[in-house]
Amino acid sequence: MSTFPVEQIRADFPILAERIRNKPLIYFDNAATCHKPQAVIDSLVHVYSHEYANVHRGVHTLSQRTSEKFELAREKVQHFINAASDKEIIFVRGATEAINLVAQTFGKANFKAGDEILISAMEHHANIVPWQMLCQETGAILKVLPMDHQGELILAELDALLTDKTKLFAITQMSNALGTVNPVKQLIAQAHAKNIPVLVDAAQSTPHMLIDVQDLECDFLVFSGHKLYAPSGIGVLYGKQKILEAMPPYQGGGDMIRKVTFTETDYNSLPYKFEAGTPSIADTIALGTAIDYIQHIGMANIAAYEAELLEYATEQAQAINGLRIIGTAKEKGAILSFTLDRIHPHDIGTMLDSLGIAIRAGHHCAMPVMDFFEVPATARASFAMYNTKAEIDVLMQGIQSLIEVFG
Amino acid sequence: MFDDLRDLYQEVIFDHNRNPRNFREMPNADRKVEGFNPLCGDRLTLFLKMQGDVITDASFQGSGCAISTASVSLMTEIIKDKTEAEADALFQQFHAMTTGKGDDANLEAVGKLAVLAGVREYPARVKCATLAWHTLDAALKNQQQAVSTE
Ligand SMILES: Cc1ncc(COP(=O)(O)O)c(C=O)c1O
Repeated sequence: MSTFPVEQIRADFPILAERIRNKPLIYFDNAATCHKPQAVIDSLVHVYSHEYANVHRGVHTLSQRTSEKFELAREKVQHFINAASDKEIIFVRGATEAINLVAQTFGKANFKAGDEILISAMEHHANIVPWQMLCQETGAILKVLPMDHQGELILAELDALLTDKTKLFAITQMSNALGTVNPVKQLIAQAHAKNIPVLVDAAQSTPHMLIDVQDLECDFLVFSGHKLYAPSGIGVLYGKQKILEAMPPYQGGGDMIRKVTFTETDYNSLPYKFEAGTPSIADTIALGTAIDYIQHIGMANIAAYEAELLEYATEQAQAINGLRIIGTAKEKGAILSFTLDRIHPHDIGTMLDSLGIAIRAGHHCAMPVMDFFEVPATARASFAMYNTKAEIDVLMQGIQSLIEVFG
Repeated sequence: MFDDLRDLYQEVIFDHNRNPRNFREMPNADRKVEGFNPLCGDRLTLFLKMQGDVITDASFQGSGCAISTASVSLMTEIIKDKTEAEADALFQQFHAMTTGKGDDANLEAVGKLAVLAGVREYPARVKCATLAWHTLDAALKNQQQAVSTE
């Protein structure tokens, strides 16, 4: 889409003017975390300069001003994922904390020995380890929906894995290691047909596609602000109101209570029941600004442009001798994971870094995925709306040259 | 194109990466220890043949990046016919060199290993170079369990 205003967008991201090892920065590590537009940076400065106090606790004007902005951010998130109510938006530190919250409240209250939790073979450690910990505590059993060598889920096996013992299906919408986009709506419908609730890990998908939780009908959905052009330290747990209301609270402390005596405590209503303590106030408000920024550009435009970047990069990568793309699903987000014959990903990472190119080299917090593809690690270039085809050209030239150097 | 990296990736390193020395299993080894770097997935198995306190043969197997492969390949060459105490002294000097604490005198003491001095400018890669030596250290102390750099 040649009309996408990428140069204008690039100008909004001050870090893109940085030089790395004396070369212009080419940032292809967006799946790990992405950069912040000036509007988001300004929003942090503005909060601390003009509207900062603690939230929900002061009668004074400044606190009211902050509380209003804070709650406005919640409404922006609500509309961003089309939740039915702002009570369904719980602010947490990130996707990881959101999953742990569900495991430690919903999970602990409802799972017992012999129950099953279903995940998939392509999950991030954040959607594996909290469930393993819960299994150890409760005696529940972790089951895994397998994938094939394209990095696509083997959907034919799903039905048999959704049993009358399955208490939750926790599945990523987009794999950070492979780029695979899973058909979550269909998976949710299949689980719901057996009354099994579903948690969607949207940490990777939120920056790249429109999400409508009412259309998906997911029971939980989690994501992180820092992958969505917002600050680190703020993330979201979406949960259906009915389910959240029935769940015990997570952490105890201020804000999550209505009345406390030494003998008992009355918990606050949603969403505050799950938000103990002073939140990451400025980061939350800036998350709202990031959502404004994305919506101003338009998610459909972003998705179309990124698809074009991925297609361009994939075509060029396929032309390189000895390059193997890891993750070749039909439906993919803007992630190119690859290995090179006889060249370790860490050498690729260091060599590209010397050209100013930031990629990720490693297991991407998805060691089971590495085991499945029988590689110790991969190199991963992940794209965002501010990347360009010209940057991809530099990457591909870099890869060609390092292959020559290694001989 | 990669001029900035000449200190890190010297020709000797490419050579050892392409043709690692002593890359073989040793069925009659006296010591056998595994080393693992969970960060990058590097894995190696080090084999030693001992006569008294002298290392009479050293070999390895496994896979890793160029830095770690060259490091273990060079190490198996240099420790051959060294006593345990001499090998340990080399380990200490190598460690000091790669973590930036070594002075130039140490560079001479480590001989050929000096080609790996460049990693000290790349903190993310120091462990690639030292994995082999931590594994050797465990082997000399006769530890049986796998070594991890984390
Ligand atoms: C698919 C997926 N899930 C969960 C996470 C965890 O996110 P965070 O570290 O922001 O909590 C990530 C981050 O890399 C991810 O890619």
